[in-house]
Parts: sequence; structure tokens; C-alpha cells
Amino acid sequence: MSHLPKQTPLNSAHRAANARMVDFGGWDMPVHYGSQIEEHHAVRRDAGMFDVSHMRVLDLHGDGARAFLRHALANNVDKLKEPGKALYSCLLRADGGVIDDLIVYHLRDDWFRLVVNAGTTEKDIAWLRTSLAAHAPALRLDVRDDLAMIALQGPAARGKLWEVRPDTRAATEPLKPFTGVAVDDLFIARTGYTGEEGFEMIMPARRVVGLWNALAAAGVRRCGLGARDTLRLEAGMNLYGQDMDETVSPLESGLAWTVDLASERDFVGKAALADHPPQRHQVGLFLVDQGGVLRAHQAIRTPHGPGEVTSGSFSPTLGRSIALARVPSAVRPGDMVEVAVREKRLAARVVKPPFVRQGKVLIETEEKQ
Amino acid sequence: MKLPADLQYTASHEWMRRETDGTVTVGITDHAQSALGDLVYIDLPAVGRKLTAGEACAVVESVKAASDIYAPIAGEVIAINEAVTATPEKANEDAYAAWFFRLRPDGAAPAPALLDAKAYELAIGES
Repeated sequence: MSHLPKQTPLNSAHRAANARMVDFGGWDMPVHYGSQIEEHHAVRRDAGMFDVSHMRVLDLHGDGARAFLRHALANNVDKLKEPGKALYSCLLRADGGVIDDLIVYHLRDDWFRLVVNAGTTEKDIAWLRTSLAAHAPALRLDVRDDLAMIALQGPAARGKLWEVRPDTRAATEPLKPFTGVAVDDLFIARTGYTGEEGFEMIMPARRVVGLWNALAAAGVRRCGLGARDTLRLEAGMNLYGQDMDETVSPLESGLAWTVDLASERDFVGKAALADHPPQRHQVGLFLVDQGGVLRAHQAIRTPHGPGEVTSGSFSPTLGRSIALARVPSAVRPGDMVEVAVREKRLAARVVKPPFVRQGKVLIETEEKQ
Repeated sequence: MKLPADLQYTASHEWMRRETDGTVTVGITDHAQSALGDLVYIDLPAVGRKLTAGEACAVVESVKAASDIYAPIAGEVIAINEAVTATPEKANEDAYAAWFFRLRPDGAAPAPALLDAKAYELAIGES
């Protein structure tokens, strides 16, 4: 029975709303509720919500939590000066491979909260427990299976929360991007995975159905993982397992900005990264030719050697196919490359992600004269 | 799930209608469009191409994935629906109106077994 997909507390709500369900990282999750493209547009233009309760909250308690994370995470938790501040970071192996990407919140000096991916939860916990046993045995890692999570995203998203939960407004309206605050048992952060305004909200599992239904009644569109993927791709955000994994350096996966090689601080994976300067880098692709859709694993031909699409799809905002890709470092934005799409070779232009943020197209969609 | 009784079906989710002039019209089923999700690209065979039964001859791409379309019977492509390649979402809106291509059947080729609506319904119910 262990192979049966796990269910979030919103599973019945998804089925009642006619969701098409898929197995995602061992979880039975909605891919869409009718039209992935309409859900995508709802987030760019108005407000949509995603059940992200398959992601896992890990709370790290104890004196020395910061010192441990300074060693365990590739980004520098010393950037987290005020309680409530969040930081995006990779968790690296000693050889520099990416175990997972996560968000770490500083809640108190003796309490840091990690939010990790669904498919990697078990290996993350095992890794952290091994590392804690070796370096900080006094710290406690709590796996918060009792919590659920909703991502509420879009230009109208915050207003929708204030409509259904007026009590949250005073605390959340002044929130700066990448900060969070607790309102009773609701932890609300101004973060997301769509390139739009919004909140990610963590709460006790028993509270999540009520909030979900209240937001739906207020006109927030239910959105599945399909729209979540096209939104994050347009926003130029990586997906773990596609755009990065244990076999590739984060420096070749568009994550150099999160890997703090400059400071004195030592961390797991730092020496390996310093020893292996990147040969390739991550770029965006915009499909110029008609004839198909860019997808992960398609081969790319460039004047400087081969590359590969790491994730691709159809961009509902641009009406064209876009991708994230790993190519030789000499390939630059503006260059033209060829992508093998089935039996065809289609022309694509190299661009600098993000493609779309805050409802606005940020790449050149026409050839420069 | 719509399953018109006057059509024939394949296990690979194409539908086929026998026209009064002896040609056949081919498309994808309502079940197929629903499973694929929003369609964004459709590639159809060239007019004049001769197909064998079961040959991969067209491609549909949704936001999720690419999928091959197979010829239900052997024949020559005599027309393709350019309206559906220009606006693939038509196949999401009405899978039986948004035909893909027409074939002139190859009378010499053995006729493959096709499913009626009841048998196809059973097939997708079991999958």
C-alpha cells in the first residue's frame, strides 16, 4: 500500500471541484480544474490559489540553529537579520550537487523554518538529521506533517485575503517581499512561485479547507500544478529535478546568485564548487519557428557546442513556447540556436529570464534590427 | 464524456467517421482532449501522403506533453483541417467537430478492427 499517493487535507475539495488529479512526487494533486491556460491567466490578471500542502515544513529549534544553517546551506543565513525574513537557498552535497532548493525563514534566533519540496522531503530529512548528528546534536528538527499550505497569487491576491480575513490586514499589508508574519495560527509570507504578488500561507491542516473555500467564494480561482509550472517557467524560476539536481553544479543551473562563494563562510559543497568552475550556464529560450513545443531533454545545437532544454512548455502569456536551458557559457542572450523537436530542428532565440513578471513581458519577442 | 454512436474508435483514442462518398474523417476523442489538457500545437500529415493502419502520422501538443496520432485505417490523405492547426483549442472545445484529416481508404489493405462507442467506452473505463 505504500505506493498509494498521499493526499493533502484539500483532496476532497479538489475532487468536488472536478480537478484532474495526477501523482506528483508521491502525492495525489490537481493538475487543473478544467483549463490550465485559463488558470494561468487568472494568476497573471486577477487572483488564483494553489494547494501546496505536499511541500513540507521543517522547523529547526535550538540555540545554534543559525550556526548550523550557516554551514548546511549554500546561501548565507546571516542575511536574515530580522525575525520573519526569508531566504531562498540550495542544500548541497559535499560534491556540489543540489539535494534540494528551499526557503528558510528566520522566526526567532532559536527557531528557523525550512520549506522543502515534496519529492525530496525524505532525503532532505535524512540528510539534515545526519548532518545535525555530526555537527549540532542538541538541535531539534520537527517535521510538520500537521501543517498545510496555500499559495495565493496574482495582482488581486492580497486584497482577496483581506476580504475574507480582515484580521490579517494590519499585519500583512506592511510586509516587504520575502518576509512573513504570524497572525494567530496562520503564518503568512509575501513569497511565491509565479512572478506575481501574493502570499504563501502555512496553517494547521484542520484550518485549510475553511480558508480555501472562503477564498474560492471570494472569486479566487482554483489553480492546479499545471498552471503553477507554466507560471514559474515564465517567471524564470527553477523546478527541482528538471532545472537542477544532484548531478549538476548549481553554478550551471542559474543558481550562482544563491551560492555565496565570496564570503569567508565555509559551507557544504563550497570547496567542490570552487574547484570546478562552470563550463555551461542557464539561459532562457524563445521558440521563433512554429512546429512544436520546447520540452525538457531536447538537444540544442549552438555554435559553441551542445546544450539541453531543462524545462520547456507553452507560455500562455506570450502565446509561444519558451524554455530554460543549459548551454555552453559562450552562448549569450540574442544568439540563435537550434533545438531538436521530434524530427525537426527549430530556431530559438537565447534570452535572459525571467520572461514575464508582474503581468509584464520582459523579453524581446521581436528580432532586434 | 461525449461518445457519438455513429463513429468508430481506436484504442489509441482516434475517432473515425465513414462519409457517404466513401472517404473517412479522423480526429481525436473527447476523452483524449480531456486527458491531454489545453492543446497548443497540432501537426498534420501532408495531403497526398499514403498511410498504413496504425502509422503515427500527426502530433498534438498540449501544455503538458506531446502525443502521436495514429491512422485508424490505411489510405491516402486527401484533406487536412487547417482551422484546427491554426487554433488547436478547437479540439478542446468540440473534439468531434474539430476533425484532423480525411483519408481515401486503401481498398486493398486489410481492414483493422475498430471499436464502436460501447467498446471504446469500456476500453477507457478500464484504462
